[in-house]
Parts: sequence; structure tokens; C-alpha cells
Amino acid sequence: MKRFDYARAADVAEALREGQGDGAAFIAGGTNLLDLMKLRVLTPDRLVDINRLALGGIERDGDGLRIGALVTNSDLAADETVRRDYPVLSRALLAGASGQLRNKATTGGNLLQRTRCYYFYDIAMPCNKRDPGSGCQARGGVTRLHAILGGSDKCIATHPSDMAVAMLALKAEVEVEGTDGARRRVPLDDFYVPPGDTPQVETVLGAGELITAVILPLPAGDRQIYAKVRDRASYAFALVSCAAVIGMDGDRIGHAALAFGGIAPRPWRNAEVDGLLTGQAPSDDLFRRAADLLLADAKGHGGNDFKIPLARRVLIDTLRKATRGDAA
Amino acid sequence: MRTELTINGATHALEADARTTLLDALRDHLGLTGSKKGCDHGQCGACTVIVNGRRINACLTLACMHDGDEIVTIEGLGTAEAPSEMQRAFVAHDGYQCGYCTPGQICSATAMLDEVAQGWPSHVSDDLTGEMDLSDAEISERMSGNLCRCAAYPNIVDAIRATARKEAAE
Repeated sequence: MKRFDYARAADVAEALREGQGDGAAFIAGGTNLLDLMKLRVLTPDRLVDINRLALGGIERDGDGLRIGALVTNSDLAADETVRRDYPVLSRALLAGASGQLRNKATTGGNLLQRTRCYYFYDIAMPCNKRDPGSGCQARGGVTRLHAILGGSDKCIATHPSDMAVAMLALKAEVEVEGTDGARRRVPLDDFYVPPGDTPQVETVLGAGELITAVILPLPAGDRQIYAKVRDRASYAFALVSCAAVIGMDGDRIGHAALAFGGIAPRPWRNAEVDGLLTGQAPSDDLFRRAADLLLADAKGHGGNDFKIPLARRVLIDTLRKATRGDAA
Repeated sequence: MRTELTINGATHALEADARTTLLDALRDHLGLTGSKKGCDHGQCGACTVIVNGRRINACLTLACMHDGDEIVTIEGLGTAEAPSEMQRAFVAHDGYQCGYCTPGQICSATAMLDEVAQGWPSHVSDDLTGEMDLSDAEISERMSGNLCRCAAYPNIVDAIRATARKEAAE
């Protein structure tokens, strides 16, 4: 690792003060950041340890739930309210990483984890995300993990989170505190920005801003499923994943919110797909049309061509299960 | 920089560069070489230790972040003269070949049984809120962060299952 200064912050105000400046990085669980620092993919010259901040705890927030940024993935997955009312979130968390990593990884850090694109990880390779303007070796290279939707000429890396996919289907908001001490809430759907010409910019977080919590509204549907397809049965990133939150209104779909992992530079959702499903009676014909709409602009890059039919099948299978009421 | 680490009940004063991982502090600064370095990237689990009751990868955390934490390593679980139940079970069931991953397997399995006792579900649990039944599929899923290149997995599962049953009977 490149040498860095280490500062342990006692409260949010101190963390925001210490976290100012280009070379500073917050560290919580550290499972992704330290990995990247060992490989010199990231080389912060100042680490601000936020683990002692009072950003833990899961509590009621109106009808919903407020999850502190430092709540670990393990604690969130095992929380009784989450297991009962937001099972898609428990399922997504449990489908990610390993027991050891979930014990360290935090809610805020999970949202901000970086892509596992091989070329981003290999500092001998050009990468527009790691070294803006240097080029992209994924295009024309090995693309098994890469995006079929939402990529740009500059970057086709995928966002690796399972947790964020479930949170997107649950219409989560991210609470952020800035250096002026003001807190704002950003819908998770607006939190990630497309890669465009600046794939190094992944979220709307401003310089020195800190995620303090994630807020989940009351779930709008009780039929919740997280489906994940990967290369191993456990401890592997998604090739395609789908979070579904469905509410039935009699024989019809009253509420539909779908989100996808493994196929785009951000946790992916298409509001038109949710709109197509809402108010309709479930049928394979309807699900096929939803898949057509989701994948209308999908583009393979060789090694990930399989994700287009795979995403289609995962979507149809998940909707069949959710609308007939299979358990999460 | 100076950090006070509580390891296996004893306090150690560590004077080390901030870059020192908990794993390197244990092995290279404090002589506790039971925890092993495999991949050094959180993928293999050979470095698993138990911090404040939770299993973690010691390679993916900085020693200076653990000021005041309670750390248990394989040396703290048992000794050659007085091994823990899990250690006995790994011997009885031949849960290894070369043994390099074994300290991490045993620390991980020991803390994993606590997670089950607390009712934590896993990816393969049919019911998120029901009683946890520690089937072989559950053991494999919950231990997926520990690799064994000798592939002693069937015997590792046997050792963990036997320990869980023994604890349940007590």
C-alpha cells in the first residue's frame, strides 16, 4: 500500500472536517477499499476511520425503516423487521460475499463499492474509471462480468452490489451529510450517475460528503423475491440478479417494482417495465413483453452476450414466482 | 502509530505503520502465526479471526482500527494440550490435508455456530424467520468464505456437524 495518514473521527462533524481534500477517503468496513489499496488501484493519502461514529442502529422512521450507514451487512440481513417486512433485502444481502465479509461490510460502504471489472483492478491496464482518459480494455476483451445496459463508449463495468439492487426495488433513499452539516435525502434511483464520458464519477455524492443512513419506506408489495444467477453456488458476484417487489390487487398486479444487478454500471431499473406490469393480470405473455421492454436497448460485447437471454429468463421466472406467491 | 490490541485476553501494545493489517500485526509483530496468509485479499479465509465475537478476514482490516477490540485467534481457542471441541472434531474427522487453511476454518466455524445460535438465516435457508436447521447445505453455504485447496470439504462439514450436535446435546 502507498503510505497514508490515519485519523480516527469521534463524530460526524470531525469526520467531515478530516475528510476534506482530494486525497482523503472515509474507511468503515474497509473490505473493498483496503483490497483496492493493496493493489494500488486506489491510493488515498489520508484515511478517515468512521467506525466510531454514532451511525449504527436500525430504527423506525415513520412507516418505514432508517438504517444507519455503519450497520453491517450481517446485522441488516438478520434484523427481525427486515426479515419479516423487507425479505428481498435480507435475501440480497445473504446472496452476497461471505460470512466474514458481511460481518465487516457496512450499508454505506456497500452502496459505494467499486466494480470488479478485471481491467479496473489491473493497474497495468488502461481504464477510464481508474485513470480517466486512458482507454477501456474491456471493450474487445474479456467481458463475462460486463454490462449489457447503461454502458458508454468509455466504460461497460457493472456495479457489483446485491444489497443496492434490493434497496432500489424497495424505493430506498440515501441520507447524506455535507461539510456544511446539512443533511439531504437522495432517492437511490437518483444516487448513481451513468458513466457517460466520466466513468470515474459514480454517484451524486459531493466532495467530502458522507452517507449517514439509508431510509426504506413501508414496502409497497409483500411478494418479494431476490433471484441471483452466478458462476458458483456461493460467494460470487451476480451475472444477472433481479429483485422484485410485487403487490397483488385481487387477480391483478397492483404494484410492481423490479431492479436488476450484474447487467449495468449501476443497480438497474426501468420505470416503464414497472408501469407495463401494473394493473395487468399476470401471464407469460405479459412477462415476455416486460422482458422485451427491459432489454430493448441491450447490447452484448461478446463474452457477455449470454446475459441478454439470461436476464430475460430470470425476469420471467421471478415474475412467475412473485405473482403466484412463492416465498422470498 | 501506537495501538492497544486485546488478543486472547492479553493486552498488547503495537507500534506499527498505519498500513499494517491486523493479520500482519498478529503474525509479524506479535508472533501469533496461527492465523495464515493465503490470498491477502479476503477471498480464501485462511486469516479468519474473531473480533468482538464476529468472524472477519484479518487481512482486510488495519490493526490501528482495532484499538480496544477483543480479538480471538486460533491460539486463543485451544492448545495442543487442551483443544476446543471444534479442534478435536477436525482431528477426529480428518478435516484437513495440508492444514494451512485449518486455523481459519476452525475460527470461522466456531463463530459460525454462534451465528446459527443467534438465529441468523443464510442464503440457503428456506424460511428467513424460522428455526435454523444446520443441514450440510447450510454448513457449506455458511463456510463459503473459507477455501481448502486440498478439498477436504466433506470432512470439514463432518467436523462442524459433529461439533454442532455435541453442543446442542449439552
